[in-house]
Amino acid sequence: MIDDSLTQLPKKRFKIINLIWLIVLIAGLFISINVTNTHISVLFENFSQFSDIFVQMANPDWSYFPTVIPLLLETIKMAVLGTIIGSALAFVYSLLIARNIIKNKLVTGVLRFIMNIIRTIPDLLLGAIFVAIVGIGPVAGILALSVFTFGVVVKLFYEAIETIDPGPIEALTAVGANKLQIICFAILPQVMTYFISYSLYAFEINVRASTVLGYIGAGGIGLYLQQTLQVFDYAKTGTIILVIIVVVVLIDYISSKSREALMK
Amino acid sequence: MTDSAIEPMIELRNVKKVYDKKVVGLKKVNLTINKGEFVVVVGLSGAGKSTLLRSINRLIDVTEGDILIDGKSITKARGKKLRLLRRNIGMIFQNFNLVKRSSVLRNVLAGRVAYYPTWKTIFNLFTKEDKERAYEALKQVDLADKVYARADELSGGQQQRVAIARVLMQNPKVILADEPTASLDPQTSLKVMEDLKMLNEKHGMTVIANLHSVELARKFGQRVIGIRAGEIIYDGKMSATPESVFTKIYNGGEEDD
Ligand SMILES: Nc1ncnc2c1ncn2[C@@H]1O[C@H](COP(=O)(O)OP(=O)(O)OP(=O)(O)O)[C@@H](O)[C@H]1O
Ligand SMILES: [Mg+2]
Repeated sequence: MIDDSLTQLPKKRFKIINLIWLIVLIAGLFISINVTNTHISVLFENFSQFSDIFVQMANPDWSYFPTVIPLLLETIKMAVLGTIIGSALAFVYSLLIARNIIKNKLVTGVLRFIMNIIRTIPDLLLGAIFVAIVGIGPVAGILALSVFTFGVVVKLFYEAIETIDPGPIEALTAVGANKLQIICFAILPQVMTYFISYSLYAFEINVRASTVLGYIGAGGIGLYLQQTLQVFDYAKTGTIILVIIVVVVLIDYISSKSREALMK
Repeated sequence: MTDSAIEPMIELRNVKKVYDKKVVGLKKVNLTINKGEFVVVVGLSGAGKSTLLRSINRLIDVTEGDILIDGKSITKARGKKLRLLRRNIGMIFQNFNLVKRSSVLRNVLAGRVAYYPTWKTIFNLFTKEDKERAYEALKQVDLADKVYARADELSGGQQQRVAIARVLMQNPKVILADEPTASLDPQTSLKVMEDLKMLNEKHGMTVIANLHSVELARKFGQRVIGIRAGEIIYDGKMSATPESVFTKIYNGGEEDD
């Protein structure tokens, strides 16, 4: 009897489309290996050179440390400003593309399309673009990080807005509130902690990204990274890398701890 | 207060609601509710009770017909006019619909936002008088000691009473209550219904409540409206309504009449 009832569970239908996808993916993998001429062996051939550099870097030149400090601070300032500007823009923009706030599908559709395009641009490319527009220096870096932050935060934040409890929105509508009052009383209290958390998350990414932006002239410590590498002064490069690692780890730690505390 | 001059508060004229061009919510409903009445609406699940209530304050748009609130059409109102009409209609929900992360006080004050210019509400500039009034409202529902608690720290019954305080703060002429007791235990349900009765008798508000409990309907309703499949199939004074009417509303789904 039991066996009988067990067989009543209908078999999940085998989907041919899934198999096709698998084949396409595997074929794609092989094709791309061939086209790009990737060979794992290359990695090992140059290994001795790599270990050479590594040994030099492992003996950092500490006399170089004071020189690094001003640009290190500039890097952090860039990350902070980029995060603040980008998050502020993302905040407003998210309210405009959340479908439970703006009912007009055309408006949200167009704004989302723009957002998706902005999101596809990698941070280094953004840096290069802004260096071309405003010239070499930290302003280019700040702008690049702002746009990048915008992309990260807007996506997470508007999705958070769309998953809130709609009940309070109804209650405020019934009370006679207008759109801004609904946002202020029914929506923001439900999503503010998410917003702060996502901004902190973007900040963590920005600290990392800002350290290399200088490499392309967009301000910050990356400039020294480029200079020392160019003259093969790996001991100094090692100093910079160590400093960067310490700062990144420290900021990551503080930021993720605060995010945890927020979400409690 | 209730039986003095009979004046219409809410009038539905040939109101029809069809969801997504196929599901019928209401079929040509004509209904007049007078000032000061305490009306209970009963009917099976899916009969159209919520649709009726939510059309009245236009949380949903009707497909056809007109609805008048104190003589003014809410179906034709736009923007500020619509909001001012809504300000006269309080609503109590089955799930309370409080902002859980906000304080009780802020939830109660939210009932008052339509009386303020937007910028003042955004910067939280409520008058001292209104804050006092909010506190008074909480006293009336026995929750004065919870004024600074976060809404999600309260029990369901307490949350519903905060929602009632919010309506007191809104000071509307009409209250729509959509199954206000459905998620509460019998004892708490009774207390919430007593509060609604207080709003009706002491503050002269017209109350329309969807109820699933025949017992509560009998105890609190002055007038009963029975709905089935989007139509009003019964409308009468509670005192003149025999038990058989309820049996018919709830069990007569298959009967043809
Ligand atoms: N948003 C909606 N979209 C589509 N159909 C809906 C929607 N809301 C209600 N309906 C349909 O309209 C009809 C009436 O629903 P309504 O919610 O008014 O019933 P109700 O009497 O309040 O039921 P309940 O006692 O379960 O709350 C039902 O057939 C329902 O499926
Ligand atoms: Mg309902």
